[in-house]
Amino acid sequence: MAEADDVLLRLDDVHTDIGRYKILYGVSLAARRGRVTMLLGRNGAGKTTTLRTIMGLWKARAGRIAFDGQSIAGMDTPDIAQLGIAYVPEYMGIFGKLTVRENMLLATGAQGFAKDNLDRVLAWFPALKLKWAAAAGSLSGGQKQMLAIARAVVEQRRLLLVDEPTKGLSPVMVDQLVEALLDLKDEHTTILLVEQNFRVALAIGDDVAVMDQGRIVHSGDMAALGGDEKLQQHLLGLSMAVGT
Amino acid sequence: MRREWLDRLQRWAPYAVTPLIVLAALPAMGLTAWVTLTVAGLTMGMMLFLVASGLTLIFGLMEVLNFAHAAFVTVGAFVTVSVLGPLVGWTTEPSLPLNLLALLLALIAAAAASGALGFVFERVIIRQVYGAPLRQILITIGALTVIEQLVIVIWGPEAIALPKPATLRGSVFLGASPIETYRLVALFVGLAVAAAMQLILTRTRIGLVVRAGVEDREMVQSLGYHIRRVFVGVFVAGTALAGMGGMMWAQYQTLVSSQIGDSMLILVFIIVIIGGLGSVGGCFIGAILVGLTSNYVGFLAPTLALGSNILLMALVLLWRPRGLFPIGEQ
Repeated sequence: MAEADDVLLRLDDVHTDIGRYKILYGVSLAARRGRVTMLLGRNGAGKTTTLRTIMGLWKARAGRIAFDGQSIAGMDTPDIAQLGIAYVPEYMGIFGKLTVRENMLLATGAQGFAKDNLDRVLAWFPALKLKWAAAAGSLSGGQKQMLAIARAVVEQRRLLLVDEPTKGLSPVMVDQLVEALLDLKDEHTTILLVEQNFRVALAIGDDVAVMDQGRIVHSGDMAALGGDEKLQQHLLGLSMAVGT
Repeated sequence: MRREWLDRLQRWAPYAVTPLIVLAALPAMGLTAWVTLTVAGLTMGMMLFLVASGLTLIFGLMEVLNFAHAAFVTVGAFVTVSVLGPLVGWTTEPSLPLNLLALLLALIAAAAASGALGFVFERVIIRQVYGAPLRQILITIGALTVIEQLVIVIWGPEAIALPKPATLRGSVFLGASPIETYRLVALFVGLAVAAAMQLILTRTRIGLVVRAGVEDREMVQSLGYHIRRVFVGVFVAGTALAGMGGMMWAQYQTLVSSQIGDSMLILVFIIVIIGGLGSVGGCFIGAILVGLTSNYVGFLAPTLALGSNILLMALVLLWRPRGLFPIGEQ
């Protein structure tokens, strides 16, 4: 589907087991540079496992994972992160006892915050500025999600892996988050985004891969999937054709 | 509004436990004994904190249950014997600077020896049993026995007398209450170490990584930090602190045997559990609570002294099952 040099992240026939359970059965996936690739699928399809396998949090039993042409399967998680890959897990991974500032500081290099980056991120999420010195555990669910995204992008990253960022958020928070993700998209940040909310996926995504039972069962253009009601029904049990 | 008030009460109540116990003890024993025992309790708490703080960080960061922690206390105590032996001229001289200098050298040597042993221990033994709690318990209890036997091989099976330095033997009076001079030194050392730890944990990048790692190890790794490398440093620091605790405790007891670490181990585990596993602040307050309870109950009801801290732990856990300051509570 995509030209090789256009692809930043490629998974080829990746198998992952958790204990004695086989979760991924040969996932093949490509995330193109500067584009937002949506990873969709029902609960238990293997989306989160795919992201965790890319990050090295769970090791692939077989298959190849290449980031910018370099194999990263088998590398330690910190080394993968240091290549410029940021991960926002579904549970957000906020350190509740640390302040908002400290949470953000952890994601920066030894030199600390770069002012331009920090200003840019706080402009997206002004609530974080107001809670700068507060314990992150005291934030609302939406604010924690903002902090998780802000922390992921407070330094320039080459690839963002984001797992269900809108889950459990109020519509206002979802809008704010979508706006930030669209801004990131405008900056040509490469994003692989797991999302259950199809409308959000449609608003943000350029490309799409749909998972079912540990495999990619469809990949292509997000807008095309949005316009094909039958395909949505078939893949996701949805009926959300563009214009409906 | 009422709920908010209750939440606030719930959050701050653990901080009130220690002052409440201190105040409750006053009418039961009279001012003179109360001052003496409170200082004694705080001192004991500081010495226990030195040992327990390392253990709680080691558990908090990597979930390693290190029963061999007591061995590092023992090593620190015996290294103190070896250092102060040749310096007997300094410790028997009635000169405060010379006495303190001898203690400082012993403190540094105890920390260095236990820390170095801790480094080897982590590389050779602990790294083999990450994520395997049952194996950790078995191998660290085994290691405790082996190290204690090695101590006997090196320093002999007999307990060794370790008299306090000349100027730290007597007491000073706070009003009518006698306070052992050595206790004031131990109190100062404990507070200085606690302050240094607090500074490192809250003002440095490595401290930030450690605090974050105690909460969520996986996320720290996802941010690009090699948590195992950090853990080696924490393990070495934790064992060095245990060595310092061993030095202070040995000098306080004035008698050093190969069981000196074991005698602290139960109290140290009680402190770590009361404070909340992985919480250094909780460990500090837990150590003070245990020190005060031991001294107050030992004075008021000596027959209950042995079980008083276990009772304290049971009461705390009935109230807050994850300890007073649990990590991860948001």
